[in-house]
Amino acid sequence: MHNIDAYRPIVGSDVIDEMFLLAKHLEGRSILNVNSTAVGGGVAEILNRMIPLCRDMGLNAQWEVIQGGEDFYAVTKKFHNALHGDPQTVTARDYEVYEETTEENLSRLNLDADVVFIHDPQPAALVRKRKMLRNSWLWRCHIDLSRRDPQVWDFLKPYVEMYDACVFSAPAFAQTLSIPQVLIAPSIDPLSDKNRELPPEEIETILQRLQIPTDKPLVTQVSRFDRLKDPLGVIQAFQKVKPYVEARLILVGGSADDDPEGARVLEEVREKAHADPDILVLCLPPTSHREINAIQRASTVIFQKSLREGFGLTVSEALWKGKPVIAGAVGGIPLQIAHKYSGILVHSVEGAAYWLKQLLHEPAYAKKLGENGRETVRQNFLITRHLRDYMLLFLSAGRLDETMIRL
Amino acid sequence: MIPRAEKPFHFYTRLSLPLLTGIKVRNLRELAEHIKTAPESVIYQHTHRYLQQHQYLVPEPSNDFAYWVSSVLQDDELGDELRRAVVETIEAHLSRKGDLRQLPEGKEFHFMGTVRFSVPTRYQAYDLAEFADGLRRVSVSSLYLHIFEARLRPPLGLNDFSLWFDSELGEAALAKKVSSLDPYTQTLEGLRARIIGLVEKRLEVLRHA
Repeated sequence: MHNIDAYRPIVGSDVIDEMFLLAKHLEGRSILNVNSTAVGGGVAEILNRMIPLCRDMGLNAQWEVIQGGEDFYAVTKKFHNALHGDPQTVTARDYEVYEETTEENLSRLNLDADVVFIHDPQPAALVRKRKMLRNSWLWRCHIDLSRRDPQVWDFLKPYVEMYDACVFSAPAFAQTLSIPQVLIAPSIDPLSDKNRELPPEEIETILQRLQIPTDKPLVTQVSRFDRLKDPLGVIQAFQKVKPYVEARLILVGGSADDDPEGARVLEEVREKAHADPDILVLCLPPTSHREINAIQRASTVIFQKSLREGFGLTVSEALWKGKPVIAGAVGGIPLQIAHKYSGILVHSVEGAAYWLKQLLHEPAYAKKLGENGRETVRQNFLITRHLRDYMLLFLSAGRLDETMIRL
Repeated sequence: MIPRAEKPFHFYTRLSLPLLTGIKVRNLRELAEHIKTAPESVIYQHTHRYLQQHQYLVPEPSNDFAYWVSSVLQDDELGDELRRAVVETIEAHLSRKGDLRQLPEGKEFHFMGTVRFSVPTRYQAYDLAEFADGLRRVSVSSLYLHIFEARLRPPLGLNDFSLWFDSELGEAALAKKVSSLDPYTQTLEGLRARIIGLVEKRLEVLRHA
């Protein structure tokens, strides 16, 4: 794990000094994060990185994990899927299980911090204790609620409205609520294996090991084999421009062994790619962070041609490598790419093909896009900005009706 | 001799947190209607915070809102002037072209507000040398506050640096030079380098006087 000073060469000492300035204003205030798991999943990954950095800056940051039985996690899995827009049958008993587990955790957890920061729906109902404790409660929703199932949301909403404020990752996820809603985008860690700088020799070794030839410019899409990531659309776009350019397409994803639909998509992708020696399909284990880092760094253009997306942080990961990115204008992607300035947003296979040809033919423009894209990420989507926004959130607890907060 | 101020220049920084309003629009008519009634913090978010977020892009995204702020808002409140200007522009366009294209779901314009934070840094300056040193160390958010936002509060149109150079150090010529830099056509880092350059040039002259 890295300390906060390790980020100085990346974001600048002025930015880190400014963060220390904010941390000083939080001196003496305790912040308790609560979520549902200590390992696995995006939230645990963020907290595992974020909490040590908070402490490094002198914040009194704590982290508690709620406990529940298998039945509780089965219910919250249903909640999760329903809130993502996948209809579920949630029974009265399911709601009872949720309430009972909340009660058990309320009697177990000490929630007497100055700021209680609850992550996602699993521990959301802990807010019941708020009236008794009279401290600040904030709810961080990491889920895309833009297609939420109304039944589960109607159950959770009264709890959400007991908080001082809630936090969403993108404007499209906002709801009609009686409490303030704050926008805090997620982030990538520039020092993680997936994103850190790699020496050219290491990139070369990895590419050789994966048998990826580098005789032609590489065009890459890294994403699971899922129709919503449109790998077939990427192949079509590539094949449209192939008569005019020298390039090789690589589609990198997981094995899709435990996902029947994913396996079907992979099969179709392989079938389409089979006859074309310039299309490589690569299935890598989920821990292949350095491999993906190396492939992205070796690429000339990176695709993220999603048809639907949550926030789509893979775009920031690609932009961070200074590569021109062509991405679907869906979900949180337009927040990360200003079209024609820091990347390319597309709405169709034809659009993707047109821009791929342009970028391969105009390396100077492609380079400028890549530089702007990397700068966009440096300014807006690194973990340091995320942490700064959290500190601003804690400082604004109970004061979000003020348009100007003087510290 | 290098002039020394009685009152030091305090570097502050401006940070902000975007607030979601849940209001989204899909066509120009709705956009104009909501701009009419939106609170100032919403107008701020879509003009100045936008600018702050994209300040490093070269070339900078075309941003009419920001230009409206610099050229129109010199003599009135930010919200009212900008609101009127934007609404008038959209309504004129609508009456000319009757463009009421309805955008599909997912392509809406989302109205957002902002809560702003004013934070004192530990840097202050009594003379030009200390000023250049402070300006090197603060973040671009500080530069943004003292150059862009300063122009929107009295004395309108004047940045904080020029005001201090003139009133505290009697450096009217330097104040004018800094004031005449167009902050909208360069990145904040570029602007920082130019201001430091001007200050250092003046220091050279003063040291050899």
